[in-house]
Amino acid sequence: MSKNALFSKKNRSLLTDPLDDNNPVTVQVLGICSALAITVQLEPAIVMALSVLFVMSVANVVVSLMRRLIPSRIRIIVELVVIATLVILVDEVLKAFAYDVSKELTVFVGLIITNCIIMGRLEAFALANSPWESFLDGLGNAFGYGWILIVVAFFRELFGSGTLYGYPVLENLGIYDLGYENNGMMILPPMALITVGIIIWIQRMRNKKLIESN
Amino acid sequence: MNINSNLYTIGFACAMVVFVAALLASMSIRLTPYQDRNIELEKKQNILQSVGIDVERDSSEIPYSQFIKEELVLDMNGNILEGTAFNVDLAVELKKNIEDQRLPLYISILEDSSKCFIIPLRGKGLWGPIWGYIALKEDINTVFGAVFDHKGETPGLGAEINQSFFQEPFTDKKIFNEDNEFVSIMVKKGGAPEGSLHAVDAISGGTITSDGVTDMIKERVGRYIPYLEKNKPIEDDTTIIINLTSQIYE
Repeated sequence: MSKNALFSKKNRSLLTDPLDDNNPVTVQVLGICSALAITVQLEPAIVMALSVLFVMSVANVVVSLMRRLIPSRIRIIVELVVIATLVILVDEVLKAFAYDVSKELTVFVGLIITNCIIMGRLEAFALANSPWESFLDGLGNAFGYGWILIVVAFFRELFGSGTLYGYPVLENLGIYDLGYENNGMMILPPMALITVGIIIWIQRMRNKKLIESN
Repeated sequence: MNINSNLYTIGFACAMVVFVAALLASMSIRLTPYQDRNIELEKKQNILQSVGIDVERDSSEIPYSQFIKEELVLDMNGNILEGTAFNVDLAVELKKNIEDQRLPLYISILEDSSKCFIIPLRGKGLWGPIWGYIALKEDINTVFGAVFDHKGETPGLGAEINQSFFQEPFTDKKIFNEDNEFVSIMVKKGGAPEGSLHAVDAISGGTITSDGVTDMIKERVGRYIPYLEKNKPIEDDTTIIINLTSQIYE
Protein backbone atom coordinates (compact mmCIF):
# COMPACT_ATOMS: atom_id res chain seq x y z
CA MET A 1 0.00 0.00 0.00
CA SER A 2 1.39 3.40 -0.87
CA LYS A 3 2.32 5.67 2.00
CA ASN A 4 1.29 8.71 -0.01
CA ALA A 5 -1.74 10.77 0.86
CA LEU A 6 -4.88 9.87 -1.07
CA PHE A 7 -4.43 12.75 -3.48
CA SER A 8 -0.68 13.19 -3.46
CA LYS A 9 0.99 14.76 -6.47
CA LYS A 10 1.76 11.34 -7.90
CA ASN A 11 -1.82 10.18 -7.46
CA ARG A 12 -3.20 13.33 -9.02
CA SER A 13 -1.03 12.81 -12.04
CA LEU A 14 -2.49 9.29 -12.41
CA LEU A 15 -5.79 11.02 -12.91
CA THR A 16 -4.66 13.89 -15.14
CA ASP A 17 -1.89 12.41 -17.28
CA PRO A 18 -4.21 10.30 -19.42
CA LEU A 19 -6.25 13.39 -20.26
CA ASP A 20 -3.44 14.93 -22.25
CA ASP A 21 0.24 13.87 -22.01
CA ASN A 22 -0.53 10.18 -22.00
CA ASN A 23 -3.94 10.02 -23.59
CA PRO A 24 -4.86 6.42 -24.42
CA VAL A 25 -6.43 7.34 -27.77
CA THR A 26 -4.40 10.20 -29.16
CA VAL A 27 -0.97 9.36 -27.70
CA GLN A 28 -1.01 5.60 -27.23
CA VAL A 29 -3.42 5.12 -30.15
CA LEU A 30 -5.44 2.42 -28.37
CA GLY A 31 -9.19 1.84 -28.46
CA ILE A 32 -9.43 3.25 -31.97
CA CYS A 33 -11.86 0.57 -33.16
CA SER A 34 -14.58 1.60 -30.73
CA ALA A 35 -13.85 5.26 -31.47
CA LEU A 36 -14.78 4.52 -35.09
CA ALA A 37 -17.82 2.45 -34.39
CA ILE A 38 -19.84 4.46 -31.93
CA THR A 39 -19.09 8.10 -32.62
CA VAL A 40 -21.73 8.67 -35.28
CA GLN A 41 -23.97 10.18 -32.63
CA LEU A 42 -23.35 11.74 -29.22
CA GLU A 43 -25.68 9.58 -27.20
CA PRO A 44 -24.06 6.16 -27.79
CA ALA A 45 -20.65 7.79 -27.37
CA ILE A 46 -21.60 9.10 -23.93
CA VAL A 47 -23.16 5.79 -22.89
CA MET A 48 -20.02 4.02 -24.08
CA ALA A 49 -17.76 6.43 -22.20
CA LEU A 50 -19.71 5.91 -18.97
CA SER A 51 -19.71 2.12 -19.35
CA VAL A 52 -15.99 2.08 -19.97
CA LEU A 53 -15.51 4.36 -16.97
CA PHE A 54 -17.30 1.86 -14.74
CA VAL A 55 -15.74 -1.27 -16.18
CA MET A 56 -12.21 0.11 -16.28
CA SER A 57 -12.12 1.50 -12.75
CA VAL A 58 -13.75 -1.55 -11.14
CA ALA A 59 -11.69 -4.03 -13.17
CA ASN A 60 -8.52 -2.18 -12.20
CA VAL A 61 -9.43 -2.43 -8.51
CA VAL A 62 -10.41 -6.11 -8.72
CA VAL A 63 -7.24 -7.12 -10.54
CA SER A 64 -5.13 -5.00 -8.23
CA LEU A 65 -6.66 -6.73 -5.19
CA MET A 66 -5.87 -10.13 -6.71
CA ARG A 67 -2.45 -9.16 -8.07
CA ARG A 68 -0.52 -11.36 -5.63
CA LEU A 69 -2.78 -14.35 -6.29
CA ILE A 70 -2.93 -14.44 -10.08
CA PRO A 71 -0.64 -17.06 -11.67
CA SER A 72 1.40 -15.19 -14.27
CA ARG A 73 0.86 -17.77 -17.02
CA ILE A 74 -2.89 -17.26 -17.10
CA ARG A 75 -3.00 -13.60 -16.12
CA ILE A 76 -4.35 -12.40 -19.48
CA ILE A 77 -7.19 -14.91 -19.26
CA VAL A 78 -7.95 -13.81 -15.70
CA GLU A 79 -8.01 -10.16 -16.78
CA LEU A 80 -10.34 -10.99 -19.64
CA VAL A 81 -12.67 -12.92 -17.33
CA VAL A 82 -12.82 -10.00 -14.90
CA ILE A 83 -13.67 -7.54 -17.69
CA ALA A 84 -16.21 -9.84 -19.33
CA THR A 85 -17.93 -10.57 -16.02
CA LEU A 86 -18.26 -6.88 -15.24
CA VAL A 87 -19.59 -6.08 -18.67
CA ILE A 88 -22.20 -8.84 -18.47
CA LEU A 89 -23.22 -7.71 -14.98
CA VAL A 90 -23.64 -4.13 -16.16
CA ASP A 91 -25.62 -5.28 -19.15
CA GLU A 92 -27.94 -7.49 -17.09
CA VAL A 93 -28.60 -4.78 -14.51
CA LEU A 94 -29.30 -2.20 -17.23
CA LYS A 95 -31.69 -4.58 -18.99
CA ALA A 96 -33.64 -4.93 -15.78
CA PHE A 97 -33.63 -1.35 -14.51
CA ALA A 98 -32.63 0.95 -17.38
CA TYR A 99 -34.02 -0.83 -20.41
CA ASP A 100 -33.65 2.06 -22.86
CA VAL A 101 -29.99 2.57 -22.06
CA SER A 102 -29.38 -1.15 -22.40
CA LYS A 103 -30.92 -1.15 -25.86
CA GLU A 104 -28.47 1.56 -26.79
CA LEU A 105 -25.58 -0.33 -25.28
CA THR A 106 -26.08 -4.00 -26.18
CA VAL A 107 -24.37 -3.68 -29.54
CA PHE A 108 -21.27 -2.29 -27.89
CA VAL A 109 -20.88 -4.83 -25.09
CA GLY A 110 -18.51 -6.88 -27.20
CA LEU A 111 -16.56 -3.76 -27.97
CA ILE A 112 -16.06 -2.96 -24.28
CA ILE A 113 -14.68 -6.44 -23.64
CA THR A 114 -12.24 -6.11 -26.50
CA ASN A 115 -11.30 -2.53 -25.68
CA CYS A 116 -7.51 -2.72 -25.60
CA ILE A 117 -7.25 0.26 -23.24
CA ILE A 118 -8.87 -1.73 -20.43
CA MET A 119 -6.67 -4.77 -21.02
CA GLY A 120 -3.67 -2.48 -21.33
CA ARG A 121 -4.28 -0.75 -18.00
CA LEU A 122 -4.86 -4.04 -16.17
CA GLU A 123 -1.69 -5.50 -17.61
CA ALA A 124 0.53 -2.42 -17.29
CA PHE A 125 -0.76 -0.86 -14.10
CA ALA A 126 -3.18 -2.79 -11.92
CA LEU A 127 -0.99 -5.90 -11.74
CA ALA A 128 1.77 -3.88 -10.11
CA ASN A 129 0.03 -1.19 -8.06
CA SER A 130 -2.25 -0.78 -5.06
CA PRO A 131 -6.06 -0.77 -5.45
CA TRP A 132 -6.48 2.96 -4.80
CA GLU A 133 -3.81 3.96 -7.33
CA SER A 134 -5.29 1.50 -9.80
CA PHE A 135 -8.72 2.99 -9.28
CA LEU A 136 -7.39 6.48 -10.04
CA ASP A 137 -5.53 5.17 -13.06
CA GLY A 138 -8.71 3.52 -14.35
CA LEU A 139 -10.73 6.69 -13.85
CA GLY A 140 -8.07 8.84 -15.52
CA ASN A 141 -7.79 6.63 -18.55
CA ALA A 142 -11.55 6.32 -18.89
CA PHE A 143 -11.85 10.10 -18.85
CA GLY A 144 -9.02 10.38 -21.35
CA TYR A 145 -10.80 7.93 -23.63
CA GLY A 146 -14.23 9.40 -23.00
CA TRP A 147 -13.49 13.01 -23.82
CA ILE A 148 -11.95 12.09 -27.17
CA LEU A 149 -14.98 9.94 -27.96
CA ILE A 150 -17.39 12.72 -27.08
CA VAL A 151 -15.51 15.37 -29.05
CA VAL A 152 -15.35 13.13 -32.14
CA ALA A 153 -19.04 12.29 -31.80
CA PHE A 154 -19.91 15.97 -31.38
CA PHE A 155 -18.39 16.90 -34.74
CA ARG A 156 -19.58 13.78 -36.57
CA GLU A 157 -23.16 14.20 -35.42
CA LEU A 158 -23.18 17.94 -36.04
CA PHE A 159 -21.76 17.81 -39.56
CA GLY A 160 -23.05 14.37 -40.52
CA SER A 161 -26.65 14.57 -39.33
CA GLY A 162 -27.07 18.23 -38.37
CA THR A 163 -28.18 17.25 -34.86
CA LEU A 164 -26.67 17.19 -31.38
CA TYR A 165 -27.84 14.51 -28.98
CA GLY A 166 -30.73 13.98 -31.40
CA TYR A 167 -31.74 17.65 -31.24
CA PRO A 168 -31.94 19.27 -34.71
CA VAL A 169 -29.58 22.19 -34.10
CA LEU A 170 -28.84 23.17 -37.68
CA GLU A 171 -32.48 22.97 -38.71
CA ASN A 172 -33.50 25.26 -35.86
CA LEU A 173 -30.73 27.72 -36.73
CA GLY A 174 -32.10 27.85 -40.27
CA ILE A 175 -28.78 26.84 -41.86
CA TYR A 176 -30.49 24.56 -44.39
CA ASP A 177 -32.43 27.49 -45.82
CA LEU A 178 -29.09 28.98 -46.86
CA GLY A 179 -28.44 25.95 -49.04
CA TYR A 180 -26.31 23.97 -46.57
CA GLU A 181 -26.37 20.18 -46.80
CA ASN A 182 -25.25 17.53 -44.31
CA ASN A 183 -21.94 15.90 -45.11
CA GLY A 184 -22.81 12.22 -45.48
CA MET A 185 -19.13 11.33 -45.35
CA MET A 186 -19.02 12.26 -41.65
CA ILE A 187 -21.30 9.31 -40.88
CA LEU A 188 -18.83 6.85 -42.39
CA PRO A 189 -16.00 5.36 -40.28
CA PRO A 190 -13.05 6.96 -42.16
CA MET A 191 -14.09 10.40 -40.97
CA ALA A 192 -13.73 9.25 -37.35
CA LEU A 193 -10.09 8.48 -38.05
CA ILE A 194 -9.59 11.83 -39.73
CA THR A 195 -11.30 13.63 -36.83
CA VAL A 196 -9.07 11.79 -34.34
CA GLY A 197 -6.11 12.77 -36.53
CA ILE A 198 -7.08 16.44 -36.35
CA ILE A 199 -7.37 16.20 -32.56
CA ILE A 200 -3.87 14.66 -32.42
CA TRP A 201 -2.58 17.47 -34.63
CA ILE A 202 -4.04 20.20 -32.44
CA GLN A 203 -2.83 18.44 -29.30
CA ARG A 204 0.76 18.25 -30.60
CA MET A 205 0.69 21.88 -31.63
CA ARG A 206 -0.09 22.82 -28.03
CA ASN A 207 1.90 20.19 -26.19
CA LYS A 208 5.51 20.18 -27.40
CA LYS A 209 6.41 17.30 -25.05
CA LEU A 210 4.62 14.91 -27.38
CA ILE A 211 6.78 15.62 -30.40
CA GLU A 212 9.40 12.94 -30.98
CA SER A 213 12.97 14.22 -31.36
CA ASN A 214 14.11 12.46 -34.51
CA MET B 1 3.04 -21.08 -1.77
CA ASN B 2 4.33 -21.01 -5.32
CA ILE B 3 1.67 -19.24 -7.33
CA ASN B 4 3.26 -20.32 -10.60
CA SER B 5 3.08 -24.07 -9.99
CA ASN B 6 0.89 -26.11 -12.34
CA LEU B 7 -1.35 -27.26 -9.53
CA TYR B 8 -1.99 -23.74 -8.27
CA THR B 9 -2.61 -22.42 -11.79
CA ILE B 10 -5.18 -25.11 -12.55
CA GLY B 11 -6.77 -24.70 -9.12
CA PHE B 12 -7.00 -20.94 -9.57
CA ALA B 13 -8.56 -21.30 -13.00
CA CYS B 14 -11.16 -23.78 -11.72
CA ALA B 15 -12.06 -21.67 -8.70
CA MET B 16 -12.38 -18.57 -10.86
CA VAL B 17 -14.64 -20.27 -13.37
CA VAL B 18 -16.91 -21.69 -10.68
CA PHE B 19 -17.12 -18.37 -8.84
CA VAL B 20 -17.84 -16.33 -11.97
CA ALA B 21 -20.39 -18.85 -13.23
CA ALA B 22 -22.20 -18.87 -9.89
CA LEU B 23 -22.19 -15.08 -9.70
CA LEU B 24 -23.54 -14.58 -13.22
CA ALA B 25 -26.10 -17.35 -12.93
CA SER B 26 -27.53 -16.04 -9.66
CA MET B 27 -27.65 -12.48 -11.02
CA SER B 28 -29.39 -13.70 -14.12
CA ILE B 29 -31.99 -15.63 -12.13
CA ARG B 30 -32.71 -12.63 -9.92
CA LEU B 31 -32.98 -10.15 -12.76
CA THR B 32 -34.90 -12.24 -15.30
CA PRO B 33 -38.38 -11.33 -13.98
CA TYR B 34 -37.60 -7.60 -14.31
CA GLN B 35 -36.13 -8.07 -17.77
CA ASP B 36 -39.08 -10.15 -18.99
CA ARG B 37 -41.46 -7.52 -17.69
CA ASN B 38 -39.63 -4.80 -19.67
CA ILE B 39 -39.78 -6.90 -22.82
CA GLU B 40 -43.48 -7.62 -22.34
CA LEU B 41 -44.32 -3.95 -21.80
CA GLU B 42 -42.26 -2.95 -24.81
CA LYS B 43 -44.11 -5.48 -26.97
CA LYS B 44 -47.42 -3.99 -25.86
CA GLN B 45 -46.07 -0.50 -26.53
CA ASN B 46 -45.00 -1.49 -30.06
CA ILE B 47 -48.33 -3.12 -30.86
CA LEU B 48 -50.14 0.05 -29.74
CA GLN B 49 -47.78 2.20 -31.79
CA SER B 50 -48.73 0.39 -34.97
CA VAL B 51 -52.30 1.62 -34.50
CA GLY B 52 -51.13 5.14 -33.77
CA ILE B 53 -51.35 5.09 -29.98
CA ASP B 54 -48.20 6.50 -28.41
CA VAL B 55 -47.70 5.56 -24.77
CA GLU B 56 -44.73 5.33 -22.46
CA ARG B 57 -43.42 1.82 -22.06
CA ASP B 58 -44.20 1.72 -18.34
CA SER B 59 -47.84 2.65 -18.87
CA SER B 60 -48.65 0.50 -21.88
CA GLU B 61 -50.60 -2.09 -19.90
CA ILE B 62 -53.94 -0.29 -19.50
CA PRO B 63 -54.32 1.10 -23.04
CA TYR B 64 -53.32 -2.31 -24.34
CA SER B 65 -56.21 -4.04 -22.60
CA GLN B 66 -58.48 -1.19 -23.63
CA PHE B 67 -57.79 -1.22 -27.39
CA ILE B 68 -56.49 -4.67 -28.28
CA LYS B 69 -59.66 -6.73 -28.27
CA GLU B 70 -58.61 -10.05 -29.75
CA GLU B 71 -55.36 -12.01 -29.72
CA LEU B 72 -55.76 -14.82 -32.23
CA VAL B 73 -53.50 -17.67 -33.24
CA LEU B 74 -53.97 -18.90 -36.83
CA ASP B 75 -52.63 -21.74 -38.94
CA MET B 76 -51.48 -21.40 -42.55
CA ASN B 77 -55.03 -21.94 -43.88
CA GLY B 78 -56.45 -19.13 -41.82
CA ASN B 79 -58.15 -21.35 -39.24
CA ILE B 80 -58.20 -20.11 -35.68
CA LEU B 81 -56.23 -22.26 -33.27
CA GLU B 82 -56.30 -22.35 -29.50
CA GLY B 83 -54.04 -20.03 -27.59
CA THR B 84 -53.31 -16.36 -27.40
CA ALA B 85 -51.18 -14.36 -29.83
CA PHE B 86 -49.22 -12.59 -27.13
CA ASN B 87 -47.58 -15.84 -26.02
CA VAL B 88 -46.45 -16.83 -29.50
CA ASP B 89 -42.74 -16.26 -29.97
CA LEU B 90 -42.21 -15.48 -33.66
CA ALA B 91 -38.49 -16.21 -33.44
CA VAL B 92 -39.38 -19.80 -32.50
CA GLU B 93 -42.22 -20.13 -35.00
CA LEU B 94 -40.09 -18.98 -37.93
CA LYS B 95 -37.75 -21.92 -37.42
CA LYS B 96 -40.62 -24.37 -38.02
CA ASN B 97 -42.07 -25.50 -41.36
CA ILE B 98 -44.91 -23.32 -42.50
CA GLU B 99 -47.41 -26.17 -41.93
CA ASP B 100 -46.53 -26.19 -38.24
CA GLN B 101 -46.21 -22.45 -37.72
CA ARG B 102 -48.63 -20.66 -35.49
CA LEU B 103 -49.44 -17.17 -36.79
CA PRO B 104 -50.25 -14.54 -34.17
CA LEU B 105 -52.76 -11.83 -35.06
CA TYR B 106 -54.06 -8.96 -32.97
CA ILE B 107 -57.35 -7.19 -33.60
CA SER B 108 -57.84 -3.74 -32.17
CA ILE B 109 -60.94 -1.61 -31.90
CA LEU B 110 -59.99 2.05 -31.71
CA GLU B 111 -61.79 4.94 -30.09
CA ASP B 112 -63.71 5.76 -33.29
CA SER B 113 -64.74 2.06 -33.26
CA SER B 114 -62.70 1.33 -36.39
CA LYS B 115 -61.16 -2.10 -36.55
CA CYS B 116 -57.49 -2.88 -37.27
CA PHE B 117 -55.73 -6.16 -37.97
CA ILE B 118 -52.21 -6.09 -36.53
CA ILE B 119 -49.72 -8.53 -38.02
CA PRO B 120 -46.43 -9.13 -36.20
CA LEU B 121 -43.38 -9.16 -38.47
CA ARG B 122 -39.97 -10.71 -38.11
CA GLY B 123 -37.14 -11.05 -40.60
CA LYS B 124 -33.46 -10.61 -41.24
CA GLY B 125 -31.55 -7.33 -41.40
CA LEU B 126 -27.87 -6.94 -42.12
CA TRP B 127 -26.44 -7.90 -38.72
CA GLY B 128 -29.31 -9.62 -36.99
CA PRO B 129 -33.06 -9.92 -36.67
CA ILE B 130 -35.45 -7.09 -37.45
CA TRP B 131 -39.10 -7.10 -36.41
CA GLY B 132 -42.15 -4.94 -36.23
CA TYR B 133 -45.92 -4.71 -36.48
CA ILE B 134 -48.05 -3.64 -39.41
CA ALA B 135 -51.68 -2.66 -38.88
CA LEU B 136 -54.22 -3.03 -41.68
CA LYS B 137 -57.48 -1.13 -41.79
CA GLU B 138 -60.84 -2.83 -41.91
CA ASP B 139 -60.73 -3.13 -45.72
CA ILE B 140 -57.75 -5.50 -45.17
CA ASN B 141 -55.82 -3.62 -47.81
CA THR B 142 -54.84 -0.19 -46.55
CA VAL B 143 -52.04 0.14 -44.03
CA PHE B 144 -53.03 1.99 -40.88
CA GLY B 145 -49.52 2.20 -39.49
CA ALA B 146 -46.28 0.28 -39.08
CA VAL B 147 -43.47 0.09 -36.55
CA PHE B 148 -40.10 -1.57 -36.94
CA ASP B 149 -37.21 -2.30 -34.66
CA HIS B 150 -33.94 -4.16 -34.86
CA LYS B 151 -31.36 -5.90 -32.73
CA GLY B 152 -28.15 -4.38 -34.03
CA GLU B 153 -28.36 -2.67 -37.40
CA THR B 154 -25.73 -0.05 -38.23
CA PRO B 155 -26.34 3.12 -36.19
CA GLY B 156 -27.20 6.05 -38.44
CA LEU B 157 -27.95 3.75 -41.40
CA GLY B 158 -30.03 0.56 -41.13
CA ALA B 159 -30.82 1.33 -37.50
CA GLU B 160 -32.97 4.23 -38.68
CA ILE B 161 -35.82 1.83 -39.52
CA ASN B 162 -37.11 2.43 -35.99
CA GLN B 163 -37.47 6.16 -36.68
CA SER B 164 -40.77 7.78 -37.55
CA PHE B 165 -39.50 9.36 -40.80
CA PHE B 166 -39.10 5.83 -42.16
CA GLN B 167 -42.27 4.38 -40.65
CA GLU B 168 -44.77 7.13 -41.37
CA PRO B 169 -44.80 6.77 -45.19
CA PHE B 170 -46.22 3.25 -44.78
CA THR B 171 -49.54 4.74 -43.70
CA ASP B 172 -52.25 4.52 -46.41
CA LYS B 173 -50.15 2.28 -48.65
CA LYS B 174 -52.00 -0.74 -50.03
CA ILE B 175 -50.94 -4.39 -49.98
CA PHE B 176 -53.24 -5.49 -52.87
CA ASN B 177 -53.16 -3.96 -56.37
CA GLU B 178 -56.23 -3.04 -58.46
CA ASP B 179 -56.55 -6.63 -59.70
CA ASN B 180 -56.73 -7.79 -56.10
CA GLU B 181 -53.35 -9.49 -56.23
CA PHE B 182 -51.11 -9.42 -53.18
CA VAL B 183 -48.16 -7.17 -54.03
CA SER B 184 -47.06 -6.18 -50.51
CA ILE B 185 -45.12 -2.96 -49.94
CA MET B 186 -41.65 -2.43 -51.30
CA VAL B 187 -38.93 -0.39 -49.63
CA LYS B 188 -37.40 1.08 -52.73
CA LYS B 189 -33.77 2.11 -53.11
CA GLY B 190 -33.44 5.50 -54.78
CA GLY B 191 -36.89 6.56 -53.63
CA ALA B 192 -40.42 5.34 -54.29
CA PRO B 193 -42.12 6.66 -57.44
CA GLU B 194 -44.33 9.67 -56.74
CA GLY B 195 -47.80 8.63 -55.63
CA SER B 196 -46.96 4.93 -55.52
CA LEU B 197 -49.39 2.93 -53.42
CA HIS B 198 -47.07 -0.02 -52.94
CA ALA B 199 -43.63 1.47 -52.26
CA VAL B 200 -41.85 3.68 -49.75
CA ASP B 201 -38.38 5.28 -49.74
CA ALA B 202 -35.44 3.19 -48.56
CA ILE B 203 -32.68 4.52 -46.29
CA SER B 204 -29.51 5.67 -48.06
CA GLY B 205 -26.64 3.45 -46.98
CA GLY B 206 -29.02 0.97 -45.38
CA THR B 207 -29.86 -1.05 -48.48
CA ILE B 208 -29.60 -4.51 -46.97
CA THR B 209 -31.71 -3.57 -43.96
CA SER B 210 -34.25 -1.90 -46.27
CA ASP B 211 -34.42 -5.02 -48.45
CA GLY B 212 -34.85 -7.01 -45.25
CA VAL B 213 -37.92 -4.93 -44.41
CA THR B 214 -39.36 -5.55 -47.90
CA ASP B 215 -38.83 -9.31 -47.63
CA MET B 216 -40.14 -9.42 -44.09
CA ILE B 217 -43.42 -7.68 -44.95
CA LYS B 218 -43.94 -9.77 -48.07
CA GLU B 219 -43.23 -13.07 -46.34
CA ARG B 220 -45.10 -12.41 -43.10
CA VAL B 221 -48.18 -10.62 -44.40
CA GLY B 222 -48.38 -13.15 -47.24
CA ARG B 223 -48.92 -15.92 -44.69
CA TYR B 224 -52.11 -14.27 -43.49
CA ILE B 225 -53.75 -14.02 -46.93
CA PRO B 226 -56.06 -17.04 -46.40
CA TYR B 227 -57.40 -15.53 -43.18
CA LEU B 228 -57.62 -12.01 -44.57
CA GLU B 229 -59.48 -13.19 -47.71
CA LYS B 230 -62.06 -14.93 -45.49
CA ASN B 231 -62.59 -11.77 -43.49
CA LYS B 232 -62.68 -9.23 -46.28
CA PRO B 233 -65.64 -6.89 -45.91
CA ILE B 234 -68.42 -7.12 -48.49
CA GLU B 235 -67.38 -5.56 -51.81
CA ASP B 236 -68.19 -1.89 -52.14
CA ASP B 237 -70.52 -2.42 -55.18
CA THR B 238 -72.79 -4.72 -53.18
CA THR B 239 -72.96 -2.23 -50.35
CA ILE B 240 -74.06 0.47 -52.77
CA ILE B 241 -76.76 -1.78 -54.24
CA ILE B 242 -78.03 -2.64 -50.78
CA ASN B 243 -78.10 1.05 -49.91
CA LEU B 244 -79.92 1.87 -53.13
CA THR B 245 -82.49 -0.86 -52.61
CA SER B 246 -83.18 0.25 -49.10
CA GLN B 247 -83.63 3.79 -50.33
CA ILE B 248 -86.12 2.68 -52.99
CA TYR B 249 -88.17 0.83 -50.41
CA GLU B 250 -88.26 3.75 -48.03
